Amino acid sequence: MAETTVTRHHTATPLRQLAARHGLTVAGARPSLPAYARKLWAYRHFIAAYANAKLVASFSTARLGQLWQVLTPLTNAAVYYLIFGIILNTRHGVDNFIAYLCTGLFVFTFTQAVVQQGTQSVISNLGLIRALHFPRACLPIAVMLTQFQTLVAAILVLIGILLASGEPITLEWLLLIPTLFLQSVFNVGLALAMARLGAKLTDLKQVIPFVMRTWMYASGVLYSVQNFEQHLPPLAATLVEANPLLIYIELARHSLMESVVLVSPVPQLWLLAVGWALLVGLGGFIYFWRGEQEYGRG
Amino acid sequence: MGEAAVGNADVARVPDERVPTVVVDDVHVTYRVYGRGGAATSPAAALRRLVTGKRAPTIREVHAIKGVSFAAFEGEAIGLIGSNGSGKSTLLRTIAGLLPPNRGAVYTKGQPSLLGVNAALLSDLSGERNAMLGCLAMGMSRAEARRLVPEIIEYSGINERGDFASLPMRTYSSGMAARLRFAIASVKSHEVLLIDEALATGDAKFRARSEERIKRMRDAAGTVFLVSHQISTIRDTCQRTIWLEAGLIRMDGPTGEVVDAYERFTRGG
Repeated sequence: MAETTVTRHHTATPLRQLAARHGLTVAGARPSLPAYARKLWAYRHFIAAYANAKLVASFSTARLGQLWQVLTPLTNAAVYYLIFGIILNTRHGVDNFIAYLCTGLFVFTFTQAVVQQGTQSVISNLGLIRALHFPRACLPIAVMLTQFQTLVAAILVLIGILLASGEPITLEWLLLIPTLFLQSVFNVGLALAMARLGAKLTDLKQVIPFVMRTWMYASGVLYSVQNFEQHLPPLAATLVEANPLLIYIELARHSLMESVVLVSPVPQLWLLAVGWALLVGLGGFIYFWRGEQEYGRG
Repeated sequence: MGEAAVGNADVARVPDERVPTVVVDDVHVTYRVYGRGGAATSPAAALRRLVTGKRAPTIREVHAIKGVSFAAFEGEAIGLIGSNGSGKSTLLRTIAGLLPPNRGAVYTKGQPSLLGVNAALLSDLSGERNAMLGCLAMGMSRAEARRLVPEIIEYSGINERGDFASLPMRTYSSGMAARLRFAIASVKSHEVLLIDEALATGDAKFRARSEERIKRMRDAAGTVFLVSHQISTIRDTCQRTIWLEAGLIRMDGPTGEVVDAYERFTRGG
């Protein structure tokens, strides 16, 4: 919409000529994609400071403060283990079910939180957007960074659970780093895309919980991934196997656990993980940039 | 009304040596307002609307600016007056490039900065951290921001009654918060500064100090726009005044004339 407003106005009014003579530029014009990326880089300190500030602010009224960063994943793990590991007993075929469950849960929660807060990142910051001029992509990127810090706390909890449940420390654990890096790139793209969608479709907030729950069931978080092959028709099983979250979860499990059943061979998993990160990361960035001028309108 | 033409005629008269900083060319702004619930906002209803593409009954469009044209020049301080809802704040946001026009265009020299009472910083964070964030959001480097934060706190005067700078901003009075925001935004020299009622909540002492700073900025060849309902502030700081009414320019000229006409209008109606 905003792109056409400028081009439609080609008649040279006296005011337009005056502006052109003195080299004035269109207020709030969208920079080119490389210029936008450079501008974002120049604002990296703001992004980092904002992400930190959000994290501190989210615990500022809780008495236990930042301790919740550790308590939340612990409680989550306990609840899911009680229901799925003990009461429903979905563990069949998995040796170390608690480690299996927690790895999937924490990796999934990272993306889930980024999607939920990314959707809100533009619409809930309209005050800031209408007051100050900064590349708007700072906000969804900061959401990802805030959640990444939460993930780091969850990973520390996870390492405790892994060691307590008898997993040995191996060099393969280091593969978790590239896995989470690729997932972070994927998440940035997702946060950017959801931020633009959420700014226009204010109803999206109501729908996201359903979408994320469905996505969770399709990502083999709560039960063994073998269920997919055994119970789904081949086409659906192939679709589920291409699910990016399942891929990141599988890679995380593969790197942290000794014996774990995977749905796809490991090289194929890495290839898909890189592909998804590039596709969603770049696609989300370009999609968000194209709407840059409109975010103030609400 | 033919008032929009006043701006155009004005520009034709202006000799070319005056350098414009803001040119507003036939700008229209419409924005959407989302209702405050009431109608169906349940998840199921939201899904249905997503599928059918129907717009919620709670959304209304507001045509806030209906064709405004004028040019502002270096060293000018321009007051914007008008009744509540006449489009003053919307116009400032459009000039700042924060609210894109639906028709027409705004041309500016450099990046204008808007300073408003609604400029929401993070209320859960301390004043000091907000000052730091504000500096970074204006594009400063970390070292520059760190150097300027004490200056901002000092100028805002929030520490005059104890150490408020380290308390969360939600504990501030509205006057203190406004002072801090003005101090943050005015720490950088701007070519175009837009001020939206920001001075109204400060006390007399702070108002005097901020008027001083606005004068200094104007002398540095910048342009200042000031929205205020306090006519005395407009008379003291601005030589030119634009009177907006229902999204159109009603009058544009020397402050004395415009303000007198406005006062006659408000008394009469």
